Amino acid sequence: MQLTSRAKPVDRKPMTWLERIYLWNIFKGMMITLSHLFKRKATIKYPEEKRSFSKVFRGLHILNRDEEGRERCTACGLCAVACPAEAITMEAAERQPGEENLYREEKYAAKYEINMLRCIFCGYCEEACPKDAIYLSQTFAPANYGRQGFIYKKTDLLIPDPKTDPEGYRKAKGEA
Amino acid sequence: MAEQHIKLPEGSIEKTTTTLNLGPTHPATHGVMQNILELDGERIVSAEQTIGYIHRAFEKIAERRPLYQITPLTDRLNYCSSPINNMGWHLTCEKLLGVKTPKRVDYLRIIIMELARISDHLICNSIVGVDSGAYTGFLYVMQYRELIYEIYEEVCGSRLTTNIGRIGGFERNFNDIAFQKIQKFLDEYPRVLKEFENLFTRNRIFMERTIGAGAISAERALNYGFTGPNLRAAGVDYDVRVATPYSSYGDFQFNIPVGSTGDCYDRFLVRNQEMWESLSIIRQAFEKVQEFKGTEADIYHADVPEYYLPEKKDVYTKMEALIWHFKIIMGEIDMPAGEVYNSVEGANGELGFYLVSDGGRTPYRLHFRRPCFIYYQAYEELIKGAMLSDAIIVMSSLNLIAGEMDA
Ligand code: SF4
Ligand code: SF4
Repeated sequence: MQLTSRAKPVDRKPMTWLERIYLWNIFKGMMITLSHLFKRKATIKYPEEKRSFSKVFRGLHILNRDEEGRERCTACGLCAVACPAEAITMEAAERQPGEENLYREEKYAAKYEINMLRCIFCGYCEEACPKDAIYLSQTFAPANYGRQGFIYKKTDLLIPDPKTDPEGYRKAKGEA
Repeated sequence: MAEQHIKLPEGSIEKTTTTLNLGPTHPATHGVMQNILELDGERIVSAEQTIGYIHRAFEKIAERRPLYQITPLTDRLNYCSSPINNMGWHLTCEKLLGVKTPKRVDYLRIIIMELARISDHLICNSIVGVDSGAYTGFLYVMQYRELIYEIYEEVCGSRLTTNIGRIGGFERNFNDIAFQKIQKFLDEYPRVLKEFENLFTRNRIFMERTIGAGAISAERALNYGFTGPNLRAAGVDYDVRVATPYSSYGDFQFNIPVGSTGDCYDRFLVRNQEMWESLSIIRQAFEKVQEFKGTEADIYHADVPEYYLPEKKDVYTKMEALIWHFKIIMGEIDMPAGEVYNSVEGANGELGFYLVSDGGRTPYRLHFRRPCFIYYQAYEELIKGAMLSDAIIVMSSLNLIAGEMDA
């Protein structure tokens, strides 16, 4: 049936006598395989060797700190609303006087959990955050013995404090 | 002769056929689908298909989600080519909202969609090879599918379930690395595809294995509602990209490969040929994208303030942007009432989205027209009377993907 003028029949000609010779096909296939023997290996020796990911790779989450080491998250809940997998839960608390060096805003997340078994790594939480607080990093492949270990607490997610561990902080921010 | 161990009751009729459960977790079914086959020796007498093993109720979930949160659901339909699903969904939303996308966005979308088509066809065709006993080709082409996945990774940050693009365009502009990777793909891929064809197309074993297997006439195919490569293999040159051009497909020159008998070999050839056509489309689109100059060269999304998130630096500093940001993320924007049907040429066939809106914030009803679901109904007809091993090869050459079959 012809609907357009663009149809192009595929080439379905019957086999020639050369193609009918079984051995010829074996030979042809073997030549291709042999040529691959001398090519560069396509695989890398994971986990000793790792490939680098793109800058925007959507891996495990990190919770950000500012330059003074204060937590950026203000527990606004936008990330939890945006999450299509409903993987994020949090509990907000009010900053007490004297805690200004810990939390950037007056409200902060006392509890912050991401269930990595639910998470689909869509990246919407990062996109939703109005406080520059949550990012998807370039690490992946966590392993654990139990399900409980996949519920990441705030302590698992927070990046190192720049005041005590400047090296780790820069590394977590992908600058090192 | 061994004596009979099972004593049948007096007067009962002995069953002469064997029942075989092919699936749901059979390694040869490439997905979670069940076929209950009645076999006479190795011949298939009848088959009964069961669906629903990975039904995730996407259509129902979508009724409670703002539009942008439905994109990750579409990833999981045909996961071999999720960008096409993502963009098909975005195009549907844009149709409902009446958004007009800039040309550059269209072309970038076409690049990504055609890359996805290639990766899907590549999987399908090499799996047909695997099922006919040729594993090598599959392993060789996987290296090059990797190139496509790296391009996705550069644009959206993920490889398989891409969640690429947003309503109105892309989440970020393509960077130089992405363009370099596309260029690299365009340079390297023709050689690989040629080699793949050398391994399969005129190989006697492969030809004899696939010619005549699972043939369907154009009329039967149309009656079932076949679309895509499977319909074109039967000889009907129906292609959504040509019939109802979307995303500026009208600007491109390409042919529609058609087969004649609709058997596995035809489907294989049609898919292979389509990869060449896709390559040529990508090349054309790539050139067109390079031609944009000045501010036009930086456009990567349409102007849809109600649905496209404002830039992050504005969100941090400007009140109005922050308000929009909150409104969009919380899904607090009422969409226009109405219904739209929009379809794109998925890698597998016509992938349609039927969206009914009652003017609320979430769809009133959303239906995915999944081509695999339709192919699967014809499966029994295609394999009746064939050998058991043909059933496997027919299944893979129809490109039945469980994720798409059960939305
Ligand atoms: S990446 Fe997506 S699924 Fe995972 S926590 Fe963020 S929003 Fe939720
Ligand atoms: S991570 Fe960002 S979006 Fe989530 S609660 Fe904290 S500030 Fe809000």
